[in-house]
Amino acid sequence: MTSAAGSVPGALGHDGGRRSLKHRLADRGVDRVLLLVVPGTLFLILLFVYPFLYGLQLSFAPEGGGGPLANYQTFFSDPYLRDTIGTTLSLGVPAALLNVLVSVPIAYRMRGRFRGKRTLTTLLVVPIALGTVLTAEGLIEYLGPSGWLNKFLRDFNLVDQPVLLVHNYWGVFFSLVITGFPFAFLLVLSYLSGIDPNLERAASVMGAGWAQRFRRITFPLLVPGLAITFCLSFVLAFSVFPSANLVGDPSGSTRVISIAAYHAAFEQFDYSMGSTISMIMGAVMLAIIALVLGWRSTLFRGPAGGKG
Amino acid sequence: MRDRSFSELRLDRIGRNFGEQAALSELSLTIRGGEFIALLGPSGCGKSTALNCLAGLLPLSSGSIWLDDRRIDGLPPEQRGFGMVFQNYALFPHMTVRDNVAFGLKMRKTPGPELRRRVDEAMALVRLEDQAEKLPAQLSGGQQQRVAIARAVVYEPPLVLMDEPLSNLDAQLRLAMRTEIRRLHQTLGLTTIYVTHDQEEALSMADRLVVLREGVVQQVGTPDDVYAHPVNRYVAGFMGYRNMLEFDLESATAETAVLASKDVRLSGMTFGPIEAKRAVAAIRPEDIVVNGPGPNRLQVTAEVVEYHGREILVLARLPAGEALYIRTEERCVAGDSIVVAVPPERVLIYPADAPAAPTETIV
Repeated sequence: MTSAAGSVPGALGHDGGRRSLKHRLADRGVDRVLLLVVPGTLFLILLFVYPFLYGLQLSFAPEGGGGPLANYQTFFSDPYLRDTIGTTLSLGVPAALLNVLVSVPIAYRMRGRFRGKRTLTTLLVVPIALGTVLTAEGLIEYLGPSGWLNKFLRDFNLVDQPVLLVHNYWGVFFSLVITGFPFAFLLVLSYLSGIDPNLERAASVMGAGWAQRFRRITFPLLVPGLAITFCLSFVLAFSVFPSANLVGDPSGSTRVISIAAYHAAFEQFDYSMGSTISMIMGAVMLAIIALVLGWRSTLFRGPAGGKG
Repeated sequence: MRDRSFSELRLDRIGRNFGEQAALSELSLTIRGGEFIALLGPSGCGKSTALNCLAGLLPLSSGSIWLDDRRIDGLPPEQRGFGMVFQNYALFPHMTVRDNVAFGLKMRKTPGPELRRRVDEAMALVRLEDQAEKLPAQLSGGQQQRVAIARAVVYEPPLVLMDEPLSNLDAQLRLAMRTEIRRLHQTLGLTTIYVTHDQEEALSMADRLVVLREGVVQQVGTPDDVYAHPVNRYVAGFMGYRNMLEFDLESATAETAVLASKDVRLSGMTFGPIEAKRAVAAIRPEDIVVNGPGPNRLQVTAEVVEYHGREILVLARLPAGEALYIRTEERCVAGDSIVVAVPPERVLIYPADAPAAPTETIV
C-alpha cells in the first residue's frame, strides 16, 4: 500500500511530489500518539528488563568461584534445593487447577442478570483485597489446632486429636485457594460473558439439554479462556512466599522455591545463588505456561459471537 | 422419517410481562399446518417476545399454547422440537458448517448413515455442499444465513420460527433470500412463523399477517386483506398509507365519510361508523393522481422532488401547510403549483384519536 502510494508523485503535498515524512510515518502507524507508550516502556525497561538482565548475568558469576554454570550445578545436585521445584509445583498446579475448575460452575450460574448479582460478586471478590497476611491470620484462627473448627470437632467428639490444617501443606494450599479464587473467578466470568447467549438458546431449541449445551457449546468455547486463567493463576500460586512461611512449614513440606531464593540471597548473602534460583523459578513458570499455551493453540480460538 | 404433521397450533390468549411492562398481551391465534405466518410490527411491539415464548426461551406470564391436543407451553425448548433461525444466526463458531447442520440430528441420536444423508440433503437444499468443512466465520453473511436455515429445518421440525432472519443482509441479498425461504417453505411443507418489521417482506412471503402494536394484536389477515383494508390508522400507516391528513369530520355514514377544512374537502371510505369529531384520511402516495379528475381535488405546492427512475416522489404542501407525499410519473420541479386528485375509494378514513403508526411521525 505504501509503495503504491509512493509511486504516485504529486498526488499529495506540494513539495515536488514527495510526500512528507509525517505522512509516510502515519501510514505505518507512527504519529505523536505513540509518545503515550514512552512512560510505560521506560518503566518496564528500568524496573523489569534491567534487573532481569542484571540478575541473569549475576547468576552466571558464582561467588564461590567455578565455571559460569557452577550455581546451576549446585542447585540441581543438592536435593534440598532441587526438591523445592517439586514442592512448589505440587502446591501451585493443584491450587491453580482447583481455582479455575471451581470458578467455572459458579461463573456459569452467574452469567445472566439477576437480583443481588452485584452483592454476590463483591462477596466472592473480597478476598483479593484482604492480602496474604490477613488471610493467614484468619486461617490460623479458624483451622489452627485450637481454632474454631477443631474446637467444634472435639466438642462434638468427632475427633480425638486436633486435625492439622495449618503449618503444613494444607495451610498453604487453602491460602492459595482463598486468595487465588476471586482472581480466577473474575477472569472466567468475563470469558463466559463473551460467549453469545444466543448460541446456547439455539442449541436448546435444537434439542440440547442443559448438560449437552454446556459440553458441546459453552465449554469448548470457554477452554481457551480457561487456559489463560490457569496460566495466570499458576503464576500467582507458583511465586507463593508469605503464606508458605505463615501458615506453612517453611523448612519442610512447604519449602517452596521462593523461600530457597530468599534464603540464599538474604540469609547467606549469596546474591549470585539467589539470582540463579530466581532464574530457575522463572524458567519453570515459562515452561508450564508454554506447555499450556501450546496445547491451547490447537483449539478453536475465534470470536465466540453468534456471527462467527 | 418422523411424522411432523399437525393440524393446528393454537395460541390461547398468551401474554408475557417484564416487570410491570406487558410486552405481549392476550395474543390468540390458530395456525394451520403448512401456513406461513408473519408477525409484523416495529421494534418493541412484542413480535420477538411472542416468538421466544413459542420457542420456550421465555416463559409465558399468562395463556397457553396447544399443538393439536397437546399443551406445550410448560415444556423447555429442547422438548418442543421446533426449529429456529436467529437474527444474528447464532451459528456455533467452533464447529464446521456440517457439524452445525448436524447438531439437531445428533441431539436426536439419529444413526450415522441417516444423519449423513439428511445433512447432505439439507446442505444441497441451501446450495452449500462445497462449504461443508468450513467454519462459519469463513462464510459470507448470506451463506451463514443459509447454514442457519439448513440447521433449523434438517430435523424436520413441526414448526420453524424465524426472528428477523434477513435484517443483517444487504438489500439485494435480502430479496434473493426472501424467495429462497418461501421456496424452502413450500418444498419442505414447513409451518413457518416469521418475525419482521419490514411490511414488504411480510406481505410478499406470508399467507397471513399478524400486525402487532405494543404487545396488542391490531389485525390478522391475508396480505391482501391487510394491504387493502387496514382496520385502523396504525395498520394503515404501517401498510404504506404514508399520508395521514387530519381534519374535522363533516358527515359520515357506515361506509363513507367526508372531511373538510377551510380549503379542503375529502371524501373516502370508512370501516364502520365514526363517532369522533376529528378524523384522518389515509392515502398512499401512489394513489394520488396529478391533474386527475374526480371530486377529491387538492391544490398543492411541490417542495421537494426525489428522482426514482420512472417515477418521482414529491413532497408537496397543502395551502394550510400539511405535508402530502405524491408518487407520480408526471414531471415537476420544486416550487410548481399543481392540482391533484384522489379517487374516494382510495381514501381511508379513521377516527383521529386512535394511535398512529410510528412511521407516520416522520411528517
